[in-house]
Amino acid sequence: MSERVKANKKSPAPVAAARTEAALPVLGPVEMLRWAWTQLTSMRTALFLLLLLAVAAVPGSLFPQRPANPSIVTQYIKDNPDYGKLLDTLQLYDVYSSAWFSAIYILLFISLIGCVVPRAIAHYRAMRSQPPRTPKRLSRLPEYGTLVVPADAGLPASDAIRSAAGVLKKRGYRVEVRDDDGARPSLGAERGFAKEVGNLVFHTSLIGVLVSVAVGGLFGYSGQRILVEGDTFVNTLVGYDQFTPGTNFQSSQLQPYSIQLDKFDVLFDRESPGKIGQPIDFNAEVTTRDTPDSPAKQEVLKVNDPVTLGGTSIYLTGNGYAPVVTVRDGAGNVAMQGPVVAKLQGDNYYSSLVIKVPDARPEQLGFVGFFLPTAFITEEGVSFSGDPDLFNPQLTLNSYFGDLGLDAGSPQNVFELDVRDLTPLNARNLDAGGITLAPGSTYTLPDGKGSISFDSVKRYVGVDIHHNPGQLYALIFALLAVGGLIVSLYVNRRRVWVRTGTHEDGRTMVEYGLLARGEDHRLAAEAVAVRKLLSEEWQLADSDSGESADDSDSSVTQQTPSRQGDNGADSVTTPAGPTGPKKDQ
Amino acid sequence: MPFAINETMGQYSELFMLLAAGTYTVAFIAFAWDLAKSSRALRAIDLKAAEAAGTKVPAMAGAGASAGSAAGSAAAADGGAADSVAADRVDSHLAGPVGRAERPSSSVAKRGGDASGAGQTADADMRYAAERRVPARVAVALTVLGVLIHAAGVITRALGAGRVPWGNMYEFLTTGAFVAVAVFLLVLIRRDLRFLGTFVVGLAIIMLVAASVAYWTPVGHLVPALQSYWLIIHVSIAVLSSALFTLTFAMSALQLVQSHRQKTVAAGGADKLGFMRLVPSALSLENLSYRINAIAFIGWTFTLMFGAIWAEKAWGRFWGWDTKEVWTFVIWVVYAGYLHARATRGWTGTRAAWLSIVGYLCVVFNFTIVNQFFNGLHSYSGL
Repeated sequence: MSERVKANKKSPAPVAAARTEAALPVLGPVEMLRWAWTQLTSMRTALFLLLLLAVAAVPGSLFPQRPANPSIVTQYIKDNPDYGKLLDTLQLYDVYSSAWFSAIYILLFISLIGCVVPRAIAHYRAMRSQPPRTPKRLSRLPEYGTLVVPADAGLPASDAIRSAAGVLKKRGYRVEVRDDDGARPSLGAERGFAKEVGNLVFHTSLIGVLVSVAVGGLFGYSGQRILVEGDTFVNTLVGYDQFTPGTNFQSSQLQPYSIQLDKFDVLFDRESPGKIGQPIDFNAEVTTRDTPDSPAKQEVLKVNDPVTLGGTSIYLTGNGYAPVVTVRDGAGNVAMQGPVVAKLQGDNYYSSLVIKVPDARPEQLGFVGFFLPTAFITEEGVSFSGDPDLFNPQLTLNSYFGDLGLDAGSPQNVFELDVRDLTPLNARNLDAGGITLAPGSTYTLPDGKGSISFDSVKRYVGVDIHHNPGQLYALIFALLAVGGLIVSLYVNRRRVWVRTGTHEDGRTMVEYGLLARGEDHRLAAEAVAVRKLLSEEWQLADSDSGESADDSDSSVTQQTPSRQGDNGADSVTTPAGPTGPKKDQ
Repeated sequence: MPFAINETMGQYSELFMLLAAGTYTVAFIAFAWDLAKSSRALRAIDLKAAEAAGTKVPAMAGAGASAGSAAGSAAAADGGAADSVAADRVDSHLAGPVGRAERPSSSVAKRGGDASGAGQTADADMRYAAERRVPARVAVALTVLGVLIHAAGVITRALGAGRVPWGNMYEFLTTGAFVAVAVFLLVLIRRDLRFLGTFVVGLAIIMLVAASVAYWTPVGHLVPALQSYWLIIHVSIAVLSSALFTLTFAMSALQLVQSHRQKTVAAGGADKLGFMRLVPSALSLENLSYRINAIAFIGWTFTLMFGAIWAEKAWGRFWGWDTKEVWTFVIWVVYAGYLHARATRGWTGTRAAWLSIVGYLCVVFNFTIVNQFFNGLHSYSGL
């Protein structure tokens, strides 16, 4: 061992010397490209890129990501003025679409293609060619063994090789018999071509998955919509609250189906200690129509159970309360009536809401406040929601009048009220105080500005609508990939060679060797199986140890195939060689 | 209406978990005692062998009793073939090529059968030797007892909650620990991996204690997002793969220690880690951990795929780079790198072992830190 270490330690010096002496060849552009291609498609580079990909994916979990939640990113940049902008420059808020992340995976996939294509060609050739020629010294193979057919069996060397070929063919090997009329006929056999096929399928399928994802990004679309009980959504661009089209999206893709939310029920946990009030079931009853003219269909939309309609899937992703209010203006006319979606803010459906009443006359009205399904007020006067269910629903509002700024036509966030140009009417710090309403009650605004009534409470759901044409293909390719992976890991590619010869005394001597290509921890078992099959074929008493006198000692070494090559290598020609086949362990 | 919660069952479950942890602790002590005792016994054998070395020259391909031979200890146990393999491996760290000897050649494995003559030094193929190691037997018996109690704890938890017992971190940890120990015991039927006992049982104790102290959650219902049959499929495969990764992590860590020790001994240094003689050679550790990692990698691929299918059902997209998805992907890529490393020049052996260890650290990180501190759609810690 130490010699080897020394030998290796010595070797770098002459190599280095040779390197300095040899003038580096000047590479032209073509050679440069070829060199770069060789480097890129080398296993070492692929491994490096693979590990780099793992490292590059990590920042996406450390920093907020725009695709997931753009507002958090904006807030994050605001909160960290010193480095927030810098991170943005480095595309750390869009890691998975960033130039550097894309560069890594594109290089990786190019490397993959550069690796898969030549391997596929080589494997195609290998599958069509005969097993490699029989090695001179089979005993050098990792698995090696010998068998002896007694002279009275009347089995010449050529017949033995043919029957061995039959045995191996039956076992799934591709077999070629060589020199079967010569003195030392042999055969080469190979099996397990599926291993490399599986390997290639796995890697090709990964490319397929990537392409499917890209197709989904090009032709898919997604959107969100809030539906209060009784509302109907029609699948047109204006029907969406928020819409994210794919790069190649066309509005003609939208099928004008409709979905109406009839009823939404939530079941809260009432028995688990520490988890009282945790939702345990959401159930939305909906009525759907494939097209405006089709018959209505009753369906149930649940979490984990989307409704499929018109090539899209509709998912239940959020819910909350929408208090129904009626606002009358100073003239006594109903200026606004209907449910107002309250946005979730805290525990137990503590939600905020904004009511804009642009139709109120003489002056427009605005309300900002909170909705609490089960209102509690602490001694300090802080109100909170004690339960997610409607045990003590309450609206607390501030009111404003003035110009809401909606008439100019510029878009506004419905969940925010810009009070800069408005005059406060009700607030806790004003003489009039804030507005507190229970269902069924009405509050008359000061100065004859009108009134507001809290009529009832409805529930609303948030639904996500997705169309992804690439998704089915992604699944198919993923399944193919996993199938290929299993085949490539569990099919073993093996080669077997058998050589026979006739001894002077008439016995037929057989030697065989096995070689695995790639990882194969079952090669020994295969050697045992092949030996057993051959013994059965030639009716050798495999377990009979008393067949010959001189095997009692040598059998141990004979039956334990060895790579050393120092025993049994010339067994076919040495009379003192193996005599009686014995049972392997 | 979901199944009603049965709190009495939940309390029984916690009692069982406590008892299991106690039993594991005794088993752990027994495993440690086994290591210490065997280590002492081996040293005594070494001394005797050293005295006899003058008269007996060990045959190269003979029985591997050559405790005094140059390669010493574990490598010698493999007989001549493994000796040369070990030498190859040591060389390959320096400059040597990836030879055929790197492959899990079956001849090497088979030769291990001869090693029973080498006292209690571990076999290359990790099969049971003839010797009776009483403390180890006691430890395994105790572990079996512990795992039965543990199973009772997991089952009562499931009955108490009326669903699969992996809906939050407490349940994931207690069930995960159970699966890790159960897988370990199942492997023990075929292979003598008792040298891993202290590690696996110790880890199970840590997991149970962490579950009870840091992640304790009373029996409860699942949030609607988790109410899907995919919870059964996706999480059970994740638990199983994680349990397998736990085993290979232990083996890879031991492989690094063993490889360092083999090099030291080969270079004529003193063998300071006598108990490591119970551990097979670095190469056979690497081979077995590769085989287990291959299974676990397939399992993890399924975890990823089924997770994606579930994500499509629950959230409307099969992949959205949620923090948990990111880390599951990172783990998948690291272990994919590990599998490729075996076929890459200069990346076998120690580097591959490091990849396996890094992969496992990612698994642990994904479970602990990501669940608790990262905001994402997978925030189901139940805390």
